[in-house]
Amino acid sequence: MTTIAPPAPKTSSRRDSWSRRAPLLPALIITLLLTQVPFVMTIWYSLQNWNLLNPGRRSFAGLDNYQQTFTDSVFWQSLGNTAVLTVGATVASMVVGLVLAVLLQKKFPGRGIARTLAITPFFVMPVAAALFWRSAIFDPSFGLLGWLTDAVGLPRVNWLSEQSMLSIIMISSWRWTPFAMLVLLAGLQALPEDQLEAARVDGATWWQQFRGVMLPHLRPFLELTALLLSMNLIQTFGEIALLTAGGPAFGTTNITYYVYLRAFQSFDYGLASAYGLVALVLTIALALPALRLLSGIFQQEGRR
Amino acid sequence: MTVTTSPQTQPVAEQPAAEIPRRKRHRTKDTASWPVAVLGWLGSLILFSPVAYMLLKSFQTETDAASPVPKLIFKPTFEHYPEVFGQGFWAYAGNSIAIAVISTVVVLLLAIPAAYALAVRPVRKAQDSLFFFISTKMMPVAAAIIPVYIVAQQLGLLNTVTVLIIMHLGMNLPLAIWMIRSFLQEVPGEVLEAAAMDGAGRLRAMRSIVLPLIRPGLWSTALLCCVFSWNEYFYAVNLTTTTSSLPLFMQKFLSFGELYTAQVAAVATVVSVPVVILGWICQRSLVRGLLFGAVK
Repeated sequence: MTTIAPPAPKTSSRRDSWSRRAPLLPALIITLLLTQVPFVMTIWYSLQNWNLLNPGRRSFAGLDNYQQTFTDSVFWQSLGNTAVLTVGATVASMVVGLVLAVLLQKKFPGRGIARTLAITPFFVMPVAAALFWRSAIFDPSFGLLGWLTDAVGLPRVNWLSEQSMLSIIMISSWRWTPFAMLVLLAGLQALPEDQLEAARVDGATWWQQFRGVMLPHLRPFLELTALLLSMNLIQTFGEIALLTAGGPAFGTTNITYYVYLRAFQSFDYGLASAYGLVALVLTIALALPALRLLSGIFQQEGRR
Repeated sequence: MTVTTSPQTQPVAEQPAAEIPRRKRHRTKDTASWPVAVLGWLGSLILFSPVAYMLLKSFQTETDAASPVPKLIFKPTFEHYPEVFGQGFWAYAGNSIAIAVISTVVVLLLAIPAAYALAVRPVRKAQDSLFFFISTKMMPVAAAIIPVYIVAQQLGLLNTVTVLIIMHLGMNLPLAIWMIRSFLQEVPGEVLEAAAMDGAGRLRAMRSIVLPLIRPGLWSTALLCCVFSWNEYFYAVNLTTTTSSLPLFMQKFLSFGELYTAQVAAVATVVSVPVVILGWICQRSLVRGLLFGAVK
């Protein structure tokens, strides 16, 4: 950026700073109302005995719900599942997305169409995709995957029950790979051509060019992709609800789905609130490196 | 909407604002060797194949669709498509359109002034404010759903279009602020200075100079918000039942099971087509909006 707006003057009067702030306030207030207020209410709920199946027995519970949370093995399992799903699908999407971005970067006949086809899975309604995959792709007797494993001589797998986590990772990666590809493609297009040219003149092999020039240049783009993907994948819900219902034996229950089960199937609002809060705190703890990275990017930008 | 936006998305290439990311595109050694081209096509086709397969199955009879070996040659049938539009489809579709359009319009009305206060005439600690907006996207939605449900219940908003509009507002606002702010930063400094003049001219300069300049960016932000709103499932399933959006209509077909693969394929195609087309239109400026807020 050559010029950003004039910086806020140091000696800004009160009136001036309010006129600057005014346009921001509506958005800020709405965001606070919709995200922070429910969060504070969750803290209050989590301290109560509150199960709709025991009406009239709402009472203050202190830290009971938390004690139950920390001793519930399914809760810990669901945290593990969240990590496996998020990391697995993020890594898979980024690796495939990077390969595709490198392939689709250079001009060839029909490249525009190829790119458009590749991006399409990202826009297909996830609920629709999940239902279609369920019967047409994962089904053990007439799904596409069964036919493929036959074709290469592998035994048939009942994907959704025997390889349930892999199946969820597969469909999630299918959805997010195009997004990773788009972002990385944009990164590759901003690659300084002269550096690659210099590497070529020096007789660098294709792999050396990739490792020495492309990857370092792409680093911030890779980091941003990882951040955006994991932010979304950590919230995975529809695919789990529609494909495996969290099973078998909670094997694909992630934290979002477990809170949903506790709140809207067992109607234990107090306990579900505690689950949500502990999950939130742990997510923040795990996401802190990511957040720091993001603020690092912004500070860099500010320095320019 | 589709028809009017496509010509507006095109001129962005000529605008000075768009030149920054594009200046390095010398086409010297940019043509792919044929193995790269073949692999590129192959990869794209593999990613697209489930979509193509869905389209294919939607034109098969249920018997053909249930064949253990995928049938590529068959006598097409259109019997599944009329079926899609029964069972209250139009009510759900109308709700989906209303939710996507209204929430997106309100998001833009809130996000444009906010982005202005972060980029053009920045508040103090603008970085921190921006950071706050983005950080709300990292909170697990599950942690807040119970109070949302209870408050909605007390206000009589459960099972209404209104509650989904409100929640989609919270969901899309941070993203829209981020994107619009990046587009504003691509606008040349002199133009912004004109827009930042003191007095009554500020609003007019913004409306008549700056906003038209970033119009393609605003369209792509709007389209992306629409896509996310259209596809949203978690709030829909938890806060609504009968008065809801298309993902819940789609969900009804879960009970149909394996015997109705072709029918499911037809519904899935119909509900996905609008956003896929919108997505194709906005794919290019979408990346610019997401990227140039963070990495340059």
